[in-house]
Amino acid sequence: MNGVHDMGGMHGMGPIEWEKNEPVFHAPWEGRAYALSLAMGCWEKWTLDALRHQIERIPAADYLRMQYYEKWVTALIELTVTAGLASGDEIESGVPALGSPKLSPPLTVENVPAMISNGASASRDLPIISRFQKGARVRARNINPTGHTRLPRYARGKLGTIHLDHGVFVFPDTNAHFLGEEPQHVYSVRFTARELWGDQASPRDAVYIDLWDEYLEAAGSKSTE
Amino acid sequence: MDKMSGRQDSEHDHEHQAVPSDFALRVKSLESLLVEKGLVDPAALDALIDTYQHKVGPRNGARVVARAWVDPAYRQRLLTDADAAIAELGYGGLQGEHMVVVENTSKVHNVVVCTLCSCYPWAVLGLPPVWYKSAPYRSRAVIDPRGVLREFGLKLAEDVEVRVWDSTAELRYLVLPERPAGTEQMSEAELAALVSRDAMVGVAKVVPTEKGAAA
Repeated sequence: MNGVHDMGGMHGMGPIEWEKNEPVFHAPWEGRAYALSLAMGCWEKWTLDALRHQIERIPAADYLRMQYYEKWVTALIELTVTAGLASGDEIESGVPALGSPKLSPPLTVENVPAMISNGASASRDLPIISRFQKGARVRARNINPTGHTRLPRYARGKLGTIHLDHGVFVFPDTNAHFLGEEPQHVYSVRFTARELWGDQASPRDAVYIDLWDEYLEAAGSKSTE
Repeated sequence: MDKMSGRQDSEHDHEHQAVPSDFALRVKSLESLLVEKGLVDPAALDALIDTYQHKVGPRNGARVVARAWVDPAYRQRLLTDADAAIAELGYGGLQGEHMVVVENTSKVHNVVVCTLCSCYPWAVLGLPPVWYKSAPYRSRAVIDPRGVLREFGLKLAEDVEVRVWDSTAELRYLVLPERPAGTEQMSEAELAALVSRDAMVGVAKVVPTEKGAAA
């Protein structure tokens, strides 16, 4: 979706606020919010892509106003209710509905270390052909889906060069919407700063973007840049 | 380290990001509900918080960098198979499942961003700082990296190539900074103490005099 989250290249967001000796969490509730989100994810009722998309769907003005973990909690509540893990009434009251069963959490204190050290890989070991080889010229497609995508607006329609093939990964555009993984190659694509931003950009600089196979189309002969 | 000259009034700066006072209560109420329903284990929440407050942070990445500086074979492994090389030091896993390490030289400077959300290599750097997750950094790092770096107090020569890595997929990026001159006699542990979080994101260089002051 062409949301405000897709902000690469925008102006007017103000100066960067660098904080000296920044704590990991600025208040205890941030840590709780962070941990709740991770622990609830272990029910596997939604994917990381779905969580990202839920955050993107926060109305633009709220998205820009909200603090980071506020967005997480907002998305977590939506996903929890949608997945049927808790009702809107329960969330509002903070109390379980009468007679609702007590479940067993999938993430217990014993398996936290394993959960962190194992991670959750989105790569898939599948014999899928890569359409593009290193050095190939490609154009990022001009797509404007209303759902989730990881093709940023600033790259759409632009010419780039395949720098690296990262292998096969699940496709966020379908995976975020529970429409399957559609595993495909992800490439590191090099776009010159001038291709993206015009003559105002430095002739030396470049932006490397990780793009899924479906985001790309062939664009003629090998790069000579 | 006055990196953001003129921008030190952080109380004022964060005003527009103020969280409604009842939000902490809302999170408390949510946690209480989810615990009551058996959806989360409160001890697991404590363990997650403790891990990212005390165990997984930029010291992990600094150890990787220092090892690469003292051990050329390790450096080579790190640049060609980052996951395996990082695992040699015992790191990896959540939000560091697929790592790419990019090396700064006198002619190439790398900087990492996630324009679409806030993807960050947790396994080696811990959780991201607020500035990394903020709209100003996410919006401008790709269109004006040199201007952004100047804002961090880092001025690059025109003949240096700036490479911006936008973390749009599940690859996570770590910058291998240049080893500063005059550190030849330092031990691996001393070198690791020089390496700041910001240098591993690519918005700073490693400076030998900043000993122990790594952000």
